[in-house]
Amino acid sequence: MSAVINNRPPIYLDYAATTPVASEVAQAMNACLTADGLFANPASDHAFGDLAKAAVAKAANALAKLLNCNSAELVFTSGATESNNLAIKGAFEFYGARLERPHFITSKIEHKAVLDVADWLEQRGVLVTRLEPDADGLISAQQVAEALTEDTVLVSIQHVNNELGCIQPIAEIAKVLAGHGARLHVDAAQSLGKIPVDVVELGIDYLSLSAHKFYGPKGAGALYVRSQPRARLRPQQHGGLQQQGLRSGTLPVHQIVGLGKAAEVASESLVADMETIGALREQLEQALSELDGVTINAAGAERVAGICNVSFDGIAGDSLLAGLPHIMLSSGSACTSDNGEPSYVLRALGHDDRSAEASLRISIGRFTSAADIETAAADISQIVTQLRSVSPWWQLDESAVLATAMSPAWGDEAKLLRNADGSLSWKAAGRAELLAMLPIAQAFYEKHGSVDGLVAAIEADLEIATDRRYLLLLVEDLFRELDTQ
Amino acid sequence: MPIYLDNNATTQLDARVFEAMTPWLSGPFGNPSSVHRFGRLARGAIDTARQQVAALVGVSPDQITFTSGGTEANNIALQGVLSASPVKRLVVSPTDHPCVVEPAEILAERGAEVDWLPVSKSGVVSEADFAASLSKPAALVSIMFANNETGLIQDIPTLAAIARESGVPVHCDAVQAAGKIPVSFNELGVQLMSLSAHKIYGPKGVGALVLDKAVDIKPIVQGGGQERGLRAGTENVAAIAGFGAAAELALAELDQRSAESQTLIDQLDAGLAAMPQITVFADGETRLPNTRQFALAGWEGEALLMELDRRGIAVSSGSACHSGTGEPSHVLMAMGIDRDLAYGAIRVSLGVHNTAAEIDTLLQTLQELAR
Repeated sequence: MSAVINNRPPIYLDYAATTPVASEVAQAMNACLTADGLFANPASDHAFGDLAKAAVAKAANALAKLLNCNSAELVFTSGATESNNLAIKGAFEFYGARLERPHFITSKIEHKAVLDVADWLEQRGVLVTRLEPDADGLISAQQVAEALTEDTVLVSIQHVNNELGCIQPIAEIAKVLAGHGARLHVDAAQSLGKIPVDVVELGIDYLSLSAHKFYGPKGAGALYVRSQPRARLRPQQHGGLQQQGLRSGTLPVHQIVGLGKAAEVASESLVADMETIGALREQLEQALSELDGVTINAAGAERVAGICNVSFDGIAGDSLLAGLPHIMLSSGSACTSDNGEPSYVLRALGHDDRSAEASLRISIGRFTSAADIETAAADISQIVTQLRSVSPWWQLDESAVLATAMSPAWGDEAKLLRNADGSLSWKAAGRAELLAMLPIAQAFYEKHGSVDGLVAAIEADLEIATDRRYLLLLVEDLFRELDTQ
Repeated sequence: MPIYLDNNATTQLDARVFEAMTPWLSGPFGNPSSVHRFGRLARGAIDTARQQVAALVGVSPDQITFTSGGTEANNIALQGVLSASPVKRLVVSPTDHPCVVEPAEILAERGAEVDWLPVSKSGVVSEADFAASLSKPAALVSIMFANNETGLIQDIPTLAAIARESGVPVHCDAVQAAGKIPVSFNELGVQLMSLSAHKIYGPKGVGALVLDKAVDIKPIVQGGGQERGLRAGTENVAAIAGFGAAAELALAELDQRSAESQTLIDQLDAGLAAMPQITVFADGETRLPNTRQFALAGWEGEALLMELDRRGIAVSSGSACHSGTGEPSHVLMAMGIDRDLAYGAIRVSLGVHNTAAEIDTLLQTLQELAR
């Protein structure tokens, strides 16, 4: 963590993607990883196995306490993704088989691990209803009630949205389902350890959770399966009969011990964490709101303390992230950040692609300081202001625009302007390469009076690889417009 | 300190592996899918591990898919290939691990045609039986390299060559073979292979599925798109880094480990052979240099296991995964071993920490218990 990025100390504000392992958790795990530690297979019937079994039982009890359930109602998995798959597919396999067209209700803004399972079910004949959230990302109990049919097998709504932080009215949704045959699955990956999660009070049948979202290790999760009244499911990973056959596979003792310890720490520090982290977010949102054209998303909803999702008018999203290399944050869910597509969650809230891209999910955690927030807010404000000053989308005098060019591939946009004094200038939003190229292009154009040789000159100057040639062509087009005027 | 002779159930984490894991438990902790610096650091650790695991079995890194363990790898292999194939038939060895046998049984319940390979009294699948089972088209044939209970090593290269002629892809569970004998994916000639870290002094909770790129396979867990879409879920970075380190050590130290193990197993074999009350399963066949399964006349396996445990020796009555079910080993039953004899089975599996003195203690204890 002492590494320095662009001469700046890094600031981690991506706690919703993953959290550092708490030192108590790491210590508890290490005790299972050393030679004289609890290394055995908990399924083994010898003294070594008994020690491992006891460690797993202790962890299960700690987690059960946090959820207010019985430890026998917990199935350990490799993480929330597996838990979501197990709950939804398992419930449909158990309850859906007798129905001609079983029905699944979920929302448009669930995590991919639920939405992709919904698609998978749909391909296998399940009717899927994807509820639309309101402008604050909320799904109402009434929407669920209206969508219910006799064939509804399962409703799956996340407790807290991973991008927005809004808290769904789970208890109300559970009330709607009372007396109906449909079961309720809740993805609590983003709520556990952040707000109280009491499965009895909330009326949940299945609940997915993940250790690495609340200071536990990656690769560890669990599924709560209610026993009274009993929620059933069919296992999805077979062979070995561990965990009453619900999830086969050698129990990874150190991971489970880490999950248990994280639950224990969360039980103790939840209230204090909520208060401290909530104050930091308030500080952040106040600072960012000093800028014009800033929208705090889901601001009208009750939100988990650690997540701030903010959109900035008039700038390009990738430039925004590129301008903040020392701040670890994301423009959406980490799980979809590889594919470069704008957030489907923000799209569902009514943002267009550009606005969804020009958004940041800033997530705060136990180890964030007020100084971190102060620096991050100042740096974000600075980069937003800077990008807006060259943006073709921010408060532009359209009458001065001579030419516009758009990269069809990525949506990079550049506008050429004639200033009042006759000089040329440009406004561009897009990748750093484009921003770097335009002043060179302009200088070249002004020197030679035409675009001939422009591409070669820029290529030489920037040593740009050939796969970025489309950017050069964009610049060339822009100035060719000028040539013809 | 009790004697641990249950290394096929799980192994102690190597201290060097622990060192490779520690940074990812307490240092840079990013989500490997995040594009920022911390995310890319974690991604780098996974890339390194992928190279190390690939090297262990002689494949390129992009043929490795990390899973939560051998069980998940086997489940993906069977369920994933069957759902991608138009042919709904599987051929499976009945002596395979439960995490191959049980998915096959479930798939049969769901309508797939599942045929079980005949095996000899020692668990060997003959070329003729193998070829006959593939005379009809099949989506996949699954046969394990080394048996977790008896230690029997199948002649995979010969069988895989037969399957290749029939155009049927072969899945090979190499969880128990890796780290104990040379395992070359290409020399074996198989198309899918399962591996597990905690059997080779790596951490629990991580394994891999090795794939020939020509194999059609569908994921069994949806969401997130990690591992090129074949296995969704945030990667278990620390465990994956540990798996990589364990694989590198297993490869570098294979000759030494197997030679040392061979010396101990020779000692064990000699001792067992000298006791007329002992029946060794798959005796005389090519077996792993660390695994022996046998029965002691007059003892039920569970009772013998508990007595040995009481005397400070940890062994298993078969697969740890099915202990406590009260059923005799499915492996021995498939081999046609008499039920009463099968009830008597215990398994001794050696590891790098075991010593000649420990083998002596075991043999001496068995002598004392012989009736």
